Amino acid sequence: MISRRDTIVGYLVLSLAALISLGPLLGVVILSLGEPGKVGIRIDIAKATNFGNYADVWEKGDFGAAIQTSAIITIVVVVLSVALSIPAGYAFALMNFPGRTAIFALLVLGILMPLESMIVPLYLDMRRFNLDNNYWSVILPQIGFSVAFGAFWMRAFFVQSARSLMEAAWIDGANTWRTLTKVLLPLARPQMLTLAVLFFVWNWNDFLLPLVMLSGSDLQTAPMALVNFEGARRTDFAYLGAASLITIAPVIIVFMLLQRSFTRGILAGSIKE
Amino acid sequence: MPGEARSVAYLYILPAALIYALFVFIPFIHSIYLSFFKGNGVTRMEFVGIDNYIDIVTNPVLRSAFVHAFELIVFYSLIPIAIGLFLASVLHRSRIRGVAFYRTALFLPYVIAPTAIAVIWRWILAPRGPLNSFLEAVGLGALAQPWLGDFTWALPSVGMVGTWVMFGLVLALLLAGVQKIPLELYEAARLDGAGPWMEFRAVTLPGLRYEIVVALVLTVTAALRNFDIIYVMTSGGPGNATVVPSYLVYQQAFKVAQIGAAAAMGTVLIAVIVAANLLIARAGRRDA
Repeated sequence: MISRRDTIVGYLVLSLAALISLGPLLGVVILSLGEPGKVGIRIDIAKATNFGNYADVWEKGDFGAAIQTSAIITIVVVVLSVALSIPAGYAFALMNFPGRTAIFALLVLGILMPLESMIVPLYLDMRRFNLDNNYWSVILPQIGFSVAFGAFWMRAFFVQSARSLMEAAWIDGANTWRTLTKVLLPLARPQMLTLAVLFFVWNWNDFLLPLVMLSGSDLQTAPMALVNFEGARRTDFAYLGAASLITIAPVIIVFMLLQRSFTRGILAGSIKE
Repeated sequence: MPGEARSVAYLYILPAALIYALFVFIPFIHSIYLSFFKGNGVTRMEFVGIDNYIDIVTNPVLRSAFVHAFELIVFYSLIPIAIGLFLASVLHRSRIRGVAFYRTALFLPYVIAPTAIAVIWRWILAPRGPLNSFLEAVGLGALAQPWLGDFTWALPSVGMVGTWVMFGLVLALLLAGVQKIPLELYEAARLDGAGPWMEFRAVTLPGLRYEIVVALVLTVTAALRNFDIIYVMTSGGPGNATVVPSYLVYQQAFKVAQIGAAAAMGTVLIAVIVAANLLIARAGRRDA
């Protein structure tokens, strides 16, 4: 029994909620097109025509290089993390070996671990082995955190959907590797895509790790470039608005294109018991 | 056969486990070790036992960081879940089309970089920013504040940003859950003479148990970690009004070179996060 009135109330409430979520972001779009260098920060949609702000910010904040650095780091992390999570989740789900429960528990602990709790020795060790101030100093720890969740996520998929299929494949004489690559991976595509989107969003947005690891180099990620730019021009809000949008644009594009995969990942916790 | 012992399993696990061990787990153990020392990490470190942990309890600034983190849970977690539960119970009878659009909008604040969120909200909360202009425009100019510069309002202001980030995520989660509760349950409750409050307690709340647990895990963990937004918006200020554990870890390690103190702070932080998650998981099971 769903009345018309209930549905209208539903649309109204959801629209209001969506407006609250989107409002500040739409405000920033208008802000970013305002007159730069002015201390006044009221936004005026009629004067929001300074598209040149984006070119200025791109150049002054060195965003071209920063986006490139972020893209290199994030893509390497996403590809390697997905690639390593699959075999790990497969083994945890479907094979029996001494230490399985203990190793899995230690790995899953990584999902909860805040980077803050190990950033100090991580930095000291990286510096000792001269690994700091390059791409790998950010990539390797990011992979470490990503595979903790990734192995957990892929294991859940293999446990749920793979057991009987795999038994059939093994009876047919396929070895474990062929079973994984020929039988299971084609089925796991949606799960892999979800994992890739989550890894992309998390690692693109990551700030503390690159802040610490790249502090002694010319390398900076997009969020670092934004914060540095912000530190230099704390009240030039038109420029800051443009810089914020440049920083988040790649994530917003990926999120819009793959929204279903992302929400499935977040909602999954509520679907499985 | 499945379940058969296979040593080949170690090969499948090795690459992921190795990187995790080297760059996450061993540094974590190393951090616990360092927390029993004093020093700058370059010259010789001096063993001081549990002094760094005693400092966290006795030093008012260090202690206040954890108090602030718990206050932020109210804004990141409790307020969004309260709003979400209220709206979900109002909306349980509507079957909305175009859910994808609403979900995208509601998830967006959760997806974008916290550093960018901080820059955006520093503008909104600026002394002559949109929030104060709005308050003046509607005749509430007396409420206008230098939000982030005020000792009383700085922490709630940062918390409000967390509420904005989390409420859409929580609402989308709870709405997805409430749509799965069979309408017959509501009909049955109504036939038994249940009012809206009984209906909420007897049908909606139990039906959303898993969604509430997931929402709690995501939001409480985010509230306790919360580095980027504090770093950009307040740097812990004014005074120490908004210092939080993760910010103090960074500040002590990389600004004042107190390696041991930073490591102890980080260790207590992870203990609090793990304890909070275990508590949430247990509460979720007990209500079953």
